[in-house]
Amino acid sequence: MKLFVESAAILAPGLTGWAASRAVLAGEKTYEPAPLAPPVADLLPAVERRRTGSTVKLALAVGHEALTSAGRPVDSVATVFVSSGNDGDVINDICITLAGPDRQVSPTRFHNSVHNAPSGYWGIATHSHHPSTSLCGFDWSFAIGLLEAAAQLQADRREVLLVAYDTPYPEPLRGIRPVTQPFGAALLLTRDRTNRSIAELGVGMDARPIEISRMSDAALEHLRTDNPSARALPLLAALASAQPRLITLQRDAGQTLSVSVRTF
Amino acid sequence: MQPLFFNRYAVASSAGIGLDSTAQALGEMRSGLAACAFETARLDTFVGQISDSLLAPVRADLAAFDCRNNRVAQLCLQQDGFDQSVMAAREKYGPARIGVFVGTSTSGIHETELAYRRRDAAGALPADFRYATTHNTYSVAWFVQSYFGLTGASMAISTACSSSAKAFGSAARMIAAGLCDAAVVGGVDSLCLTTLYGFGSLGLLSPVGCRPFDADRDGISIGEGAGMVLLEKMADGSPAESIALLGVGESSDAYHMSTPHPEGLGARMAMEQALMSAGLRPGAVDYINLHGTGTRSNDATEDKAVCAVFGNDTPCSSTKGWTGHTLGACGAIDAIICALAIERGFMPGSVNTRTLDPALGLRYLLDNRSQPVDIAMSNAFGFGGTNCSLLLGRVQP
Repeated sequence: MKLFVESAAILAPGLTGWAASRAVLAGEKTYEPAPLAPPVADLLPAVERRRTGSTVKLALAVGHEALTSAGRPVDSVATVFVSSGNDGDVINDICITLAGPDRQVSPTRFHNSVHNAPSGYWGIATHSHHPSTSLCGFDWSFAIGLLEAAAQLQADRREVLLVAYDTPYPEPLRGIRPVTQPFGAALLLTRDRTNRSIAELGVGMDARPIEISRMSDAALEHLRTDNPSARALPLLAALASAQPRLITLQRDAGQTLSVSVRTF
Repeated sequence: MQPLFFNRYAVASSAGIGLDSTAQALGEMRSGLAACAFETARLDTFVGQISDSLLAPVRADLAAFDCRNNRVAQLCLQQDGFDQSVMAAREKYGPARIGVFVGTSTSGIHETELAYRRRDAAGALPADFRYATTHNTYSVAWFVQSYFGLTGASMAISTACSSSAKAFGSAARMIAAGLCDAAVVGGVDSLCLTTLYGFGSLGLLSPVGCRPFDADRDGISIGEGAGMVLLEKMADGSPAESIALLGVGESSDAYHMSTPHPEGLGARMAMEQALMSAGLRPGAVDYINLHGTGTRSNDATEDKAVCAVFGNDTPCSSTKGWTGHTLGACGAIDAIICALAIERGFMPGSVNTRTLDPALGLRYLLDNRSQPVDIAMSNAFGFGGTNCSLLLGRVQP
């Protein structure tokens, strides 16, 4: 399947925005991890902003960056949100409450616990009535989202915003699901080449498992394996590079997805 | 869209295990709801619970996936010849050409709820707790994929109560894009404390069993269950007549996280898009299976939306009084109830509903009707303002 990229966005430790991260991802500058300042979800009305945690804010901020740099209105596209898990802080709070003697779950926490909370707040923030889906593929969620977005473009849509995000889990969840760093990325994908296209992608399902792509920089490779959404890094690095590349992403426990990347 | 036929479908809920027992419960107006006695939940509400004795451990080779949610999934896969049909399709198309698209809201979160009770002195979760294959949202799709040894695209769709309706959309696009020849599409959700106490905190649980569209309706009854469809592209060798997915419509309310748009704007858009995708006029639809949860606001806004698209003459009902609100599974379960209605020529009424709310305008069926149904719509709406409508019908390839 052929599709085009109009913009990319990234928010992670030491990678704050596409423009500031491009040279690092291309290997032209050294990666220097630094704690990520909490993203500001300035798309959201203040009252809603107070109700949302870091997961929603990260997803909204990175999605907003992608649309802004593509020069498209925020309410103009269908969206695909992917993450391995819901907001870990919310799940932790709810599970502590339910394990205790008084099971008074906070109503706001409960509606923020759904996997599609970022998608819901995206709608509230952008006033977009376009379809939005929220998917999960455990560690392979980014590849699943790319596949879904590509299928949407093939089947019936002209543009799709893909947003991948996962935030650190608190203890004790971290003990069994060790996600320690936040990572968000977004791609504005189009069916046809436009005058804003920055790259062409060819997405294909591999018949058999192929060696997956890794990051050559050790710290970036650590980030890639730490956070499920950071499995997007090899694709983002290819988008930052001038050379055509063929990368391989894992799409489930045993299968892979091949993505050819040709930047313009 | 090109119609995609239902090669086989199966269902399991508190109303019935398998198609025949579900059809029988519908026919006899026998609700699956009962006073809540789930685990340690102490709530003044009714639930649609599948008897624990029916929920056998998952197949031994998949023991890592064992949890209530995957047990519910397995129970469904074993009904109505579903597993044999998937294995036959696997033989026909090859495992790489069959995708898995499963909607779920809470997956196996109940395992984590239980594990939190067993935290050690340092606060750590027990070593035998398996997160990835139980609680993680993908667990149920991974389980279904592993159950059949499939290697096509596999994903969990988790958009709260529209999850498994939207799973049909993802599957249809994947087939249209040529990435799959067939798809196992469905939804699975199971009782857990998070949803019981969560909806309780929102004041949305009915103390007496949900009564959709009733003047005295007072909330939802949470249910559990699964619905599974083997969806296939039409080709030579397809059956002479079958049930098919004709259209899918999806939209976002862009209004509020847990309250539907007051005018039903998103719901209307989803129904209109479904009609457009099927190339049908509203008058072609014989029956609408409503989302009809039984909350004051859902039923009132869905009523406005349906009347805006269809007027007030199309027969409608909600079957949540039988199954309870099965959350992420209701899109698939309700689509299967529509398939039963088409296949067996009846329109379900509404168990539990006594006095229709005079403020609501759509043509709501209280009693079952024996009547041919050629085209049916199924609505599913969820938290986050997510809406999905499906159109199903009888097709002759």
